[in-house]
Amino acid sequence: MNPTDDRASVDAEDAGSDGAVKDPLVDAVGGADVRPADARKRSAITGHDRHGQAVTDGGEAVSQFEQTAEFTMSKGERRRQWLEEKLLAPARIVWSDWRARTGLLVVSFYLLMGIVGPHVVAAPSPNQGRRLLGAFRSLEHPFGTTASGVDLLSQTVHATPAMLLMLASGAVFSVVLGTAIGTTSGYKGGRFDSIAMTINDMAMTIPGLPLTIVLASVLQIEGHPIVIGILITINAWAGLARAIRSQVLTLRESEYVEASRIMGISTPKIVLGDIVPNLMPYITMNFVQQARMVIFGSVGLYFLGVLPYTSTNWGVMMDAAVHRAGATSSLLAIHWLLVPMFTVIALAFGLTLLAQGADRIFNPRVRARHAETIEGEGEGGDGDPGDGTSTTDAMEKNAGGTTTGGI
Amino acid sequence: MNYVLKRLGQAVLTVLVVVSFSFALIRLLPGGPMDYLRAKIIEQGGSDLSQEAINMRIEAQTGITTDEPIYVQYVDYMTGLLQGDFGQSVWFGDPVAEIIGPAIPWTVFLTGTALFLGFLVGISLGAFMAYKEGSRFDVGATGVGLFLNSTPNYVVALLGLTFLGYQLELFPTGGRYASELTVGFNLPFLLSVLHHGALPILSMAIVAFGGWALNMRGNSIRILGEDFLRVARLRGLSTRRIAIRYVARNAILPMYTGLMIAIGTAFGGAIIIENIFAYPGVGFYMIQSINSRDYPLMMGAFILITVAMVIGITIADLTYGWIDPRARGGGSRESY
Repeated sequence: MNPTDDRASVDAEDAGSDGAVKDPLVDAVGGADVRPADARKRSAITGHDRHGQAVTDGGEAVSQFEQTAEFTMSKGERRRQWLEEKLLAPARIVWSDWRARTGLLVVSFYLLMGIVGPHVVAAPSPNQGRRLLGAFRSLEHPFGTTASGVDLLSQTVHATPAMLLMLASGAVFSVVLGTAIGTTSGYKGGRFDSIAMTINDMAMTIPGLPLTIVLASVLQIEGHPIVIGILITINAWAGLARAIRSQVLTLRESEYVEASRIMGISTPKIVLGDIVPNLMPYITMNFVQQARMVIFGSVGLYFLGVLPYTSTNWGVMMDAAVHRAGATSSLLAIHWLLVPMFTVIALAFGLTLLAQGADRIFNPRVRARHAETIEGEGEGGDGDPGDGTSTTDAMEKNAGGTTTGGI
Repeated sequence: MNYVLKRLGQAVLTVLVVVSFSFALIRLLPGGPMDYLRAKIIEQGGSDLSQEAINMRIEAQTGITTDEPIYVQYVDYMTGLLQGDFGQSVWFGDPVAEIIGPAIPWTVFLTGTALFLGFLVGISLGAFMAYKEGSRFDVGATGVGLFLNSTPNYVVALLGLTFLGYQLELFPTGGRYASELTVGFNLPFLLSVLHHGALPILSMAIVAFGGWALNMRGNSIRILGEDFLRVARLRGLSTRRIAIRYVARNAILPMYTGLMIAIGTAFGGAIIIENIFAYPGVGFYMIQSINSRDYPLMMGAFILITVAMVIGITIADLTYGWIDPRARGGGSRESY
């Protein structure tokens, strides 16, 4: 996306140096009345073509600096355009892709479970029901009970808020740090880059989970979910920083970044305004992937009993099922093990689907197509859900854009 | 050559940093391992132990002499490690090197085989999916791949242990090999090793290959649309040559970095898998040491896992420069 797309006048000039304004968003919102009545009277639009050569289209010679926008937008129009661009088009894209839609539904369900769930479902306590009641045997305890008669459904639901908090803190920590280091290092280059990348590569070669285990054991920290989230992703930023750096290396040579540089805009502003927006799809996808890694890692380590915790969560449930009730060696307690397992897999599946769909939201081509549809009611179904061909078409686009997806 | 030296230097530096880090964790943390060990020795030996005797024991266990200045302790610790002296396990009473040393090959065997299997099956499947793009097979396999990608390997391991191990009794539920066999290069022993390793390896490989397949599929499809491929066809090159030299090679290259990260994830993940199957590898001992607060054993395991991983990643990195010459340069130029 172009960093200046909220300034419609600049945008129009940007769309093509021949003056033919073909921005779908402008079309969509303004319609025909924003066009100048007489195209010949407009000023010369000069710019640079792909090879950096100065190009002018031979209009009347008015200096670029005196030129004013050819059309204006009222505040209402701007607001509508902003809404269209930032909210409606992405929403439509998400809804048109079955994977993004499913992912969103699953994740929303978990959010709901985390926010509303604990108020609806009774808190877990011993002897809520018969001991080791199997799943789907009674309506009162749909998921069955533990060896001490705790309802598994209420245990699962009440563990959700802490788990979500942990996912969010881990993902935010690693993505923010990874993006900051990756973009700065890739953009600055030179000595800063080589020092940052040496440290980065070292962090990358230290095994993450063992490091987490050692730190949790030696530091004797308390089991607050936010702290655990950060601890799990303690060196996950390094891989992301490397990947982002290599993308920035190609971006930093592009024309609009060069333009910003010539205009004397400061480095932090260029990185935040010109570089980061271009990487948003990649960053978002990694945010979701990191959240998935946090849930995998944390549940695994809770299962091993090496992380401190303040309240029972899905990993602790699995640990109790295996080590207290012997769920692996006898089928009597298998539901105790399967319920948290399924909870983890479903959330991870939702996150994976969402990550795949995230690419589409930020893909400018897909966005433009969806923005157009409010004007002309669509030219042929771009994303009829359930339609086999469009699904694979979407997969191709997604998969093509990502090289380090999920491992 | 310069690149190789730089890369090796970095590997050594990483190990140095990790070792220093572990020294700092053990030695400098107030209320940390040192105080715990001291309290434990006093508890065991009674109050009649002299200060000197306590220090002697701590030195034997951690390789750190407590009454010397910090930098002397640091140098002693480092030289000890270089000579293979990782201290003494509090729990087992044996030198750490003797406990973990024999466990390393088994961990490397598990993770290495799992990585290799997952990668190989993944890229073959991914290439085939790209070839059959849009077919029912492709859509189905993509769904399966996405699902496997969202399943943690320990879930597969637990299910495998429950159903294939305990219920159907097809696979052993623990250990590295049947205890009655003579260790050595003989067929029953090797078969037993494979039999015991099968479930741990498969549970790691199965969830990994979904991700590789999806990656490979995407990369291959993108490359299938490239101009150089059209040129290759126009030149009349054989399909086989195009598929292997042009498509496969270019599709695998971007996944090489992912492979390096996967090495790390595999070593970390092996900790959980080894504990589920009671497989005495490095990760198994590491968790044992944590449950008994056996700090020398824990740090020894951590250092050795790191060293194994650094070696793995360095090899992968060096061969990458060799496979793809473009990677040797890089954006080292100071720009803006």
